[in-house]
Amino acid sequence: MESLMAVTIGVLFATAIYMMLRRSIVKLVIGLMLLSNAANLLIFSMAGMVRGAPPLVPKGLSAPAGAVADPLPQALVLTAIVIAFGVLSFAVVLVRRAWEVVRADDLDRMKDTDT
Amino acid sequence: MVRSGTLILSVAARLLLPLQLLFSVFLLLRGHDEPGGGFIAGLVASGAFTLYFFAYGRGALSKMLKVSPRDLVAMGLLFGVLSTLPAWWMGEPFFTSQWWTIPVIDFKASTPLIFDIGVYLAVVGSVLTAITALVDTDHADDSRD
Amino acid sequence: MQLAILAGFVVAGLAPLLHRGFGARTPLLMAMLPAAFAVWLASLWPVLADGESLLLEWAWVPGLDITLTFLIDGLSWLFAMLITVIGTLVLVYAGEYLKGECDLPRFLVVITAFMMSMLGLVLADNLVALFVFWELTSITSYLLIGFHHTDPVARKSAQQGLFVTVGGGLALLAGFVMLAQAGDSWSLAVLNERGGQLTGHELYTPMLLCILIGAFTKSAQFPFHFWLPNAMAAPTPVSAYLHSATMVKAGVYLLARLHPALGGTELWEVTLSLVGAVTMLTGAFLAIRSINIKLLLAYSTVMALGTLTMLLGLGTEGALVAFVVFLLAHSLYKGALFMVAGIVDHETGTKDVTAMGGLRRVMPRTAVVACVASLSLAGLPPLLGFLGKELMLKSVLAADHYGGLILLLAFTGAFLTLAVATIVLLKPFFGPRVETPKTPHEAPAGMLVGPALLAALSLLFGLAPGTLDTLVEVTVNGLGAVEANVHLALWHGINLPLLLSMASLVLGLLVFRYWDGVRRRLAWLDPLIHRGPERGYEKLMAGMVWVAEWQTRCLQNGYVRNYLVMTLLVLLGLVGHALLVRHPLDIEMSIDAYFHEVVVAGLMIAGALAACVMRSRLAAVAAVGIMGFSIALIFVLFSAPDLAITQLLVETLTVVLLVLVLFRLPRFATLSAPAERWRDLVVAGSFGTLMTLLMLSVLNGERLPRISDYMVANSQPLAHGHNIVNVILVDFRALDTLGEMFVLALAAIGVHAMLRFHAAEYDAGHGQSGRRGNNG
Repeated sequence: MESLMAVTIGVLFATAIYMMLRRSIVKLVIGLMLLSNAANLLIFSMAGMVRGAPPLVPKGLSAPAGAVADPLPQALVLTAIVIAFGVLSFAVVLVRRAWEVVRADDLDRMKDTDT
Repeated sequence: MVRSGTLILSVAARLLLPLQLLFSVFLLLRGHDEPGGGFIAGLVASGAFTLYFFAYGRGALSKMLKVSPRDLVAMGLLFGVLSTLPAWWMGEPFFTSQWWTIPVIDFKASTPLIFDIGVYLAVVGSVLTAITALVDTDHADDSRD
Repeated sequence: MQLAILAGFVVAGLAPLLHRGFGARTPLLMAMLPAAFAVWLASLWPVLADGESLLLEWAWVPGLDITLTFLIDGLSWLFAMLITVIGTLVLVYAGEYLKGECDLPRFLVVITAFMMSMLGLVLADNLVALFVFWELTSITSYLLIGFHHTDPVARKSAQQGLFVTVGGGLALLAGFVMLAQAGDSWSLAVLNERGGQLTGHELYTPMLLCILIGAFTKSAQFPFHFWLPNAMAAPTPVSAYLHSATMVKAGVYLLARLHPALGGTELWEVTLSLVGAVTMLTGAFLAIRSINIKLLLAYSTVMALGTLTMLLGLGTEGALVAFVVFLLAHSLYKGALFMVAGIVDHETGTKDVTAMGGLRRVMPRTAVVACVASLSLAGLPPLLGFLGKELMLKSVLAADHYGGLILLLAFTGAFLTLAVATIVLLKPFFGPRVETPKTPHEAPAGMLVGPALLAALSLLFGLAPGTLDTLVEVTVNGLGAVEANVHLALWHGINLPLLLSMASLVLGLLVFRYWDGVRRRLAWLDPLIHRGPERGYEKLMAGMVWVAEWQTRCLQNGYVRNYLVMTLLVLLGLVGHALLVRHPLDIEMSIDAYFHEVVVAGLMIAGALAACVMRSRLAAVAAVGIMGFSIALIFVLFSAPDLAITQLLVETLTVVLLVLVLFRLPRFATLSAPAERWRDLVVAGSFGTLMTLLMLSVLNGERLPRISDYMVANSQPLAHGHNIVNVILVDFRALDTLGEMFVLALAAIGVHAMLRFHAAEYDAGHGQSGRRGNNG
């Protein structure tokens, strides 16, 4: 499964980069969303993917009975998802502000600080 | 852009809000032992408030929340920071978790729980800040155009 | 004690509140703080007098072996005492000096914070803690030099002081790291017992040089001396405190503190004694060249600092005794003289010593204080300064390396100092009365009490040097000398130092007599010792700005794509190189997936590709949404319930957010030329391939032990939680989560600020959108 995920993640990264290299600012935002998803998935699957063994300690025990999925990347990704949302909302508002002030969709026309 | 008010939305929002909030508190409290926790509960609560906000508008939301979403963020950070201090008081390194049992209801209170509440508030606050700010300026634009 | 110092910082922050309540009396109130510290330190004296030293331990970051342990021995006690006593007097003095200044609360905040940092610096036992306090003194000093922030000269001087001292601080940090590596401890008390291990270590030379740069910049040694006179842009109480009695002595303190650990080698002795002697001479010459009373004193401070460094370099028992006595004498008379200079400036409205005279008639009390203090500076009996100078000359006479040269430099320094002392005393206070911009009056009691007390102490200790015996003995023992037995006395009979003293008296008076001529004749030295180093500093700063401009023009040309492509190409190059060349690429593809899992992966790929090719904004958002929900499914299938819930909720909120904004934004347009699109496709494609290869090779690589095993095993026993992911978030790695909460908060504040700013612009009715607003 990890090999399959590796290919998937590669495609996700490629699309994200492609979209971020567009000149249209809205496409930049979409690229950003793709990128954060790709990165989350990368961290998650890098640790090895385990079916049906969530990192929970059963009631009454002090440690899980068998092997469980690695909880650390899960914790990392969990915060990353929420942070990505925060960053996305910031980016969206920034893009919207930029559009209102400059009235240009083209990033090449936003290269000076004083427009 | 966002108009408050179809009937179904209003009714749904009014009925769902308490349920969703209750659910979010449930998720928050059980988070230490089962799937859930501050981030998830915070997102559920923000979803609930957002729905209510779309149904009834800014005024109703702020009347219900009593405080501005930004203050929620600040409170969240404050809870987060405060939860680090009891360890200090006990003479242990900063951030060491402390556990107390509240006798009558046999509830485990702890600094991680306080911290999680901080996370919850910070998440709700930031999401609502973003969404209300966007809608506010929309209204400003609409009234002008 | 540690808590008391931290609380001191809090008190500093409360100064504006106190000022609201107590007004002009606040400085007196704040003076209680250092006074209380002084009393506490005094109460420790009996313990120290027995030769004991105190170690107050307090773990700060136990995981990294960083403690906030305080070490109180003779040396740190002496410094701490000077800091608190002079601090108290300076605050009392400042209350009068800055009366009516509207920025008084700000001054009190910063100077109290400085006091606490300085106290922390001299008491800290841990190198990291010492460094933190060291940098705090640099920062607070910056704020104090630039106190009159509307004055460009003050701003420039403040910046210069900051750059020089903080730049030296960087070197110091490197030195500390090497020191801790070589000595295998962060504790000064431990390091000082491992002197032999350190001086023989291969890192000894680089470590010593780094530490010396840090100490020399802080203590204004040649060629870094130029920032100190410029720092005189600060209000006089600050000059009296920071730039004579305390901060500039931090470097000297550090050298003294590390003397047992690093001293005793030829490198140490030669560097310190030569640099010290050269600094001494430089300061003396520059002082003679100045006519501004504060500058005169500043340069004579440079001179004194040079003397102290030189004495540490000599390192014999006699030199160390001289070091302690000279240090104490200098702090007392220089503090007093600076305060007197402040009074003179305050009363006459000028700092030019040639433009004043005969002040002793209008301000007799100030004149008496000035007299005592400058006689101590001159090194005349029966003052403490005399004792310091005698001991200094005596130890120079016994120097091992370059004895003749150092003696010559020291003797020149001594008679020039005497000339400076006479100028500072005689020019303003004696001679015929000269009209000054303001009509002078006797200074108010609040301004006189500080200098008077310090001058009185100079006299007292000079008359009864025996009272200092124990203090000097304890301090010198802490400096690593063999069991010293100190008996200070004014009169040693007629010997060589006394004869040298008398010669310097005659020469000094001659210099004073022909001061104008001497000053003009010495003009040729300016480019060498004054302008030279400062010009070097300016050239360096200009060069830095030039490089920054050049690389900004090259790399940050304003096209977002160029930044991205450049970053990606570097990444591709480096990672690709490591992946393909440094390690043999070993990849094993295995498809052990169930059918439904393949479908989900396919959905993700389809969603991502569709998001790229869709011509409609809504369709693109929907495609990203499909991808997001597929990821949530992956989380469900592969044992991550928390992630699945979070991803679902965030996806939903993202859609809400985008729908709110998207239709306010322009439609998609095709802007790039086909060739550009091919280029981007290649970059994106190769980056995607790199990530795939990277992941595959990591999966096939050797597995290191996982840190999460500890978390899985201890989640329930230690943290009482059954959901390990949540336990990591709120307990094991709670500090990270706290940081992430701050990121969220910042994003929210950013969003809010951007939209608020927008609304404010509409209100103001200017800018493009503003005009639209008015028309609408």
